[in-house]
Amino acid sequence: MDNYINIALPKGRLGEKVYDMFERAGYPCPSIKENNRKLIFENPEKQVRYFWVKPSDVAIYVERGAADIGVAGKDILLEYEPDIYELLDLDLGKCRMAVAAKESFRDNTDKTLRVATKFVNITKKYYAGKSRDIDVVKLNGSIEIAPILGLSDVIVDIVETGTTLKENNLKVFETIVPISARLIANKSSYKFKADKITNIRAKLSEQVIKND
Amino acid sequence: MELKSEYMRTEEKVIFALRELYSKYGYAQFKMSKFEEYDLYVKNKDFLVSDSVITFNDTNGRLMALKPDVTLSIIKNSAETENVQKLYYNENVYRVSKNTHSFKEIMQTGLECIGSLDTYNICEVVTLAAKSLCAISENFVLDISHMGLISSVLDGIDVDIKKQILQYISEKNTHDLVALCEKENIDSSIIVALVNVSGTSEEIKQKLAAIPFGENSKDAIEEINTVADIITSLPENNKIHFDFSIVNDMNYYSGIVFKGYIEGIPTGILSGGRYDLLMSKMGKKTGAIGFAVYLDFLERFMEETKEYDTDILLLYNDTDRLSEVLKTVDTLTSQGSRVLAETSVPEGLKYKTLLRFE
Repeated sequence: MDNYINIALPKGRLGEKVYDMFERAGYPCPSIKENNRKLIFENPEKQVRYFWVKPSDVAIYVERGAADIGVAGKDILLEYEPDIYELLDLDLGKCRMAVAAKESFRDNTDKTLRVATKFVNITKKYYAGKSRDIDVVKLNGSIEIAPILGLSDVIVDIVETGTTLKENNLKVFETIVPISARLIANKSSYKFKADKITNIRAKLSEQVIKND
Repeated sequence: MELKSEYMRTEEKVIFALRELYSKYGYAQFKMSKFEEYDLYVKNKDFLVSDSVITFNDTNGRLMALKPDVTLSIIKNSAETENVQKLYYNENVYRVSKNTHSFKEIMQTGLECIGSLDTYNICEVVTLAAKSLCAISENFVLDISHMGLISSVLDGIDVDIKKQILQYISEKNTHDLVALCEKENIDSSIIVALVNVSGTSEEIKQKLAAIPFGENSKDAIEEINTVADIITSLPENNKIHFDFSIVNDMNYYSGIVFKGYIEGIPTGILSGGRYDLLMSKMGKKTGAIGFAVYLDFLERFMEETKEYDTDILLLYNDTDRLSEVLKTVDTLTSQGSRVLAETSVPEGLKYKTLLRFE
């Protein structure tokens, strides 16, 4: 088994920001900046290997040990509930999980609430906590359209600036939980690569404080 | 009968090694039926790792279950005697896999030590846990924690919040832990200190002494220190760590708990601890400690793909003298080769040598 530390990064703008933090933390991998279609990048000198994966898959790579550490949104962690260590709040990609509906919406507690969402587990848990009977409509995208077409009464989705909601005449009624990017680690890898992982955590943590 | 280890699968080798280990320490094998009355699991639902149980009706209409867990059955059948009962088992359990949402058969081996436990019993079980991991691979880590200590630190906190805090502890998630405690007006300093403290048996005493625990944590810390002192002399000591992010259900586990990891296997493969609270829930007055080793992950571990499906492929015709064919196969196998006799070459087969019967 090699001594590389395997890092799963979420493809996209957030992932690039996160990579910069890793670079500043002393784990550079210059080839990653080359504009090509490669997905795996290694720096033998620093014994580090990065790979780009779909953001919602990072937790799976880490839980199953294909990656030792990774960066995933809190939304994915709450939805999928992987058995991992969540080591640090990177304070990046900040947004919130919220309940939104048409501006004219008024909640009727005498009816089953129809909720459209990508995040079925989070939604079920949230409404179970309020003892509310709901009918979950699982969608994979364009959630905002559901209340407009009468497919659902409300939606549970990630809200960053609220622009999309506003443009569709929707508004936020409740915030469920704030979301940001988290550093996660495989529990077994953490035992055997403890020095490296705690070092990375510490170096990233210094940068988070600077951001404030 | 002589067994050649090259024909044994990794998990089979491990089972034999563990059986030998437990027998040598005086543990008796406990053989069980695959079925148990469903009632037993309804009463102790939270003790089970997964909620779902495969159930069916017995010939006389009783609702039965395929065992999702072995410990409950052993406790149910344990006699309340003066002596400490030492038992080990090797059974299949049936649980829902989180990833596939379907039932899975999991091979499990483990041991239980039931009775009026003393410090020796606890240390012996911890030692056997370390030795069990060592039987699988030298690259292991055994993490020890103490539910009594964690409970004492969380004493007085509302049940739902306690559950959430416990979740954060198990994730080493101090940022969300601090945020939750701030919201609920709970002093998080000791909890955070507990999550961050870890070390070998030599180090842990001093490290714990530096944390200002309350009076109610005294017994737990004393027990940790005693156990740490004793296991320091073990040859496996450098692979045993104290880490208080290891948590088990507070309603069942009361004392030392532990989890074992093997390098190259992504999840913990050994889990156990002292479960006196479960015993009292089941109406038993004595204590108990035990652990289980999950063998299903070993299939993927140390996986060597065999280069050839067979050493010799022997081709014969129906018209050949079959007694001679059989004799040839017998001779070749007794020389130590794996022989496959066929009338034609099977598709995709990889063989070292091809022989034609003449």
